[in-house]
Amino acid sequence: MTHKVLIVDDEPNIVTSLQFLMTRRGYLTQVARDGEEALAAVESFRPDLLLLDVNMPKVDGYEVVQRLRDAGWRDLRIIMLTAKGRETEVAKGMALGADLYVTKPFSTRELVDQVAALLGSP
Amino acid sequence: MRLALAVAGLAAYLLVALFVIGVGVWSGVAETDHVVLGRVLAERAGWLIIGGLLLIGGLALLLARLFSSYLVPLRRMAADTRLMTSANRAHRLDVRTPPELAALAAAVNEVADRSQTGEEEVAARVAQARAELAQERNRLAALMAELTVPILVCTVDGRILLYNQAARDLLSEAHVGLGRSIFGVLDRSAFTHLLDRISAGSARSNAVTTSFRDRLLRVHTTPIEGSAAGLGGVVLTMEDLTRRAAASERRDASLRALTEQTRGAVANIRAAVETILDYPDMDAEGQQQFARIIRDEAERLSAQVELATPRPEEALGDPSLFEDVLAGDLLAAIERRLTGSAVTVSAAPEADDLWLTVDSFGVIRTVADLVAWLGANHGVTDARLRVEATDSYAGLDVCWPGAPLDPAAMGEWSGQPAVREWLERHGSEMWSGHDEGGAYVRLLLPRAADVPTTPARDHEILPAGHRAERPEFYDFDLFRAVDIQASAEWGARALGDLAYTVFDTETTGLAPDEGDEIISIGAVRIVNRRVLRAETYEQLVDPRRRIPAASFAIHGISGEMVRGQPTIDQVLPEFARFAEDTVLVGHEVGFDMRFIARKERSASVRFTQPLLDTRLMSAIVHPEHERHSLEAIAERLGVSVVGRHTALGDALLTAEVFVRLLGLLEARGLRTLGEVRAAAAKATIATTSPPELSR
Repeated sequence: MTHKVLIVDDEPNIVTSLQFLMTRRGYLTQVARDGEEALAAVESFRPDLLLLDVNMPKVDGYEVVQRLRDAGWRDLRIIMLTAKGRETEVAKGMALGADLYVTKPFSTRELVDQVAALLGSP
Repeated sequence: MRLALAVAGLAAYLLVALFVIGVGVWSGVAETDHVVLGRVLAERAGWLIIGGLLLIGGLALLLARLFSSYLVPLRRMAADTRLMTSANRAHRLDVRTPPELAALAAAVNEVADRSQTGEEEVAARVAQARAELAQERNRLAALMAELTVPILVCTVDGRILLYNQAARDLLSEAHVGLGRSIFGVLDRSAFTHLLDRISAGSARSNAVTTSFRDRLLRVHTTPIEGSAAGLGGVVLTMEDLTRRAAASERRDASLRALTEQTRGAVANIRAAVETILDYPDMDAEGQQQFARIIRDEAERLSAQVELATPRPEEALGDPSLFEDVLAGDLLAAIERRLTGSAVTVSAAPEADDLWLTVDSFGVIRTVADLVAWLGANHGVTDARLRVEATDSYAGLDVCWPGAPLDPAAMGEWSGQPAVREWLERHGSEMWSGHDEGGAYVRLLLPRAADVPTTPARDHEILPAGHRAERPEFYDFDLFRAVDIQASAEWGARALGDLAYTVFDTETTGLAPDEGDEIISIGAVRIVNRRVLRAETYEQLVDPRRRIPAASFAIHGISGEMVRGQPTIDQVLPEFARFAEDTVLVGHEVGFDMRFIARKERSASVRFTQPLLDTRLMSAIVHPEHERHSLEAIAERLGVSVVGRHTALGDALLTAEVFVRLLGLLEARGLRTLGEVRAAAAKATIATTSPPELSR
């Protein structure tokens, strides 16, 4: 079965790379450009994994995680991507329900491996 | 005796009177009647003598009565009145005297009564005022000593009147001492500039930043109101900016490095990418080559960004705003703050060893505001506080039974400028959540590093138990003795007004001319006749030669102990600083000065102040004694001899002896340094002393 990955980021440049990488790895992808769009896309697209940026206009990444977990999305894997790397921010993201917290800049190869590991696919 | 004389005089006078009467009567009687008169007189001689005696006796009795009743009591009254005015004010005149004297005595007694009552009232008021003053002083001294902020109080001419332990720790003992000049720490022109601005009325308090050794200090000055003549003094509080400056310098440096290296990397990436795009005909190998350049540069940038990310301890803002506090204490403080508010708050008991580094006031205020907001807007009536530790942070939770908070509402509250600022300053985050127990809001607070963040002591300088000597940190009498170190002629100044450095050295031998060297210097200061045991100097010196066994036997200092210690050329300037503006005192000080004088040139110092030798002083005070060794004098003056034959031990003993000798010199009428030195020159043993002593 093909896994679905929702990419949530307001920066087109990183979205381009992420979408390319995920597609080449064989996942179905969709893109959301802010938190509100992401929440709607989760309902419609029903992804298996979220690549979620923290800093976004309107609803930020923390709130998206919290709302999704509160709404009962337990099996949805969430990787948070952020340019902020403070220990307290990592703690907050993990406490709110993220599965992984990755700070920018990151190695694309490692990110792809981590996505694969979380989805349990080779 | 006086009575007998008076009676004898009276008798003689009466005999002379009777004789004159007799001669008058005899010469007035006719020649022919002389025989008759003589016969009559002879026949009545018995009667005449008895009558005469009765007359004299009566008059003598009268005289005696006069003496005993009036003259003697009058004299006693005079003596008693003198007694009343001097030794015994409670004494009163005896009123059991004849009425005339009794009235006088009663009048004198009444005057005495009034005078005594007045004096007692004045004395009582003075005693009360003194006690209050002493209490104020002790309170102030205790307060000063406990304050962690370094504080100095000095006169307007820069002399230190008062300091606390924190100031001493910050500035080192060589610079902080009663009566010392502040100008060793603070630039003279900066100080006078501050004073000028204060007295010009342009500012109530001022601050100046100055560097002292490797430290950066911010000095705040606050004037003390004085008399009409001007300022009474200045309070200086100091702040060590070194740590803060270091942190911000590190940030600046990493920011600079980041900017520069980013420029380089971005330039390389841009050049590579533009080349690829501008030359689409480039072959695959060429494109690969440029792509690798881009990857390498991007990795370099990534590494650089990682390095520039602040470490947890750097994430904290201005360190002076943070303190270490026990989590349990913090919760208790929040609980107290919220007592009586609409929301009932209870704090869970906490482990005793969880330390946080926070701006506690800010935490308390933030949590209190949060709880009030939860109560007002989300129906929370009972809240519980708890703390949970993670690696370098602890989560402080406000929990309540009930529905969790909407994340958007939470975000709105934590987005308030004051809260946002507080979170930024602590490098902190907060969020709402819920678990089995109900809903909570969690605030992350930085845990204290393992090492306590109290300011590090440079070196252990004070002897154990120095706290017991706390009162020596201040001497308000110095407010009066403003001119201690003014340029007035040394010799004309009173002994009690001078500051002294009493010192002693240990040496490798007795002959500086033959290569013997100083291996230890110990000294203590005396100000206002007090031996300041908290202001001592003690330094081992590397003599750069072997220490003979014979001298080791005396002082017990081995080659091992002086290895790695500074040399005399390094130590003398330090000691000169310690002894600055004081009279140098030592026992047989000429011996020590011979060693020091030989090193003045190579150490680039000059000891130009006057010298006093306790041996000579003892010879002045007790010329009848022959022994003037330190032990002998100490024994005579009742100073117990302990800790001998260390430089500091001997210096302290000499100091105790010296203070007592000062009193004895003054009792002999020697009140100024000049008078003492003149007397010393005349003292018999002066001839055996070296010439430096006359300085």
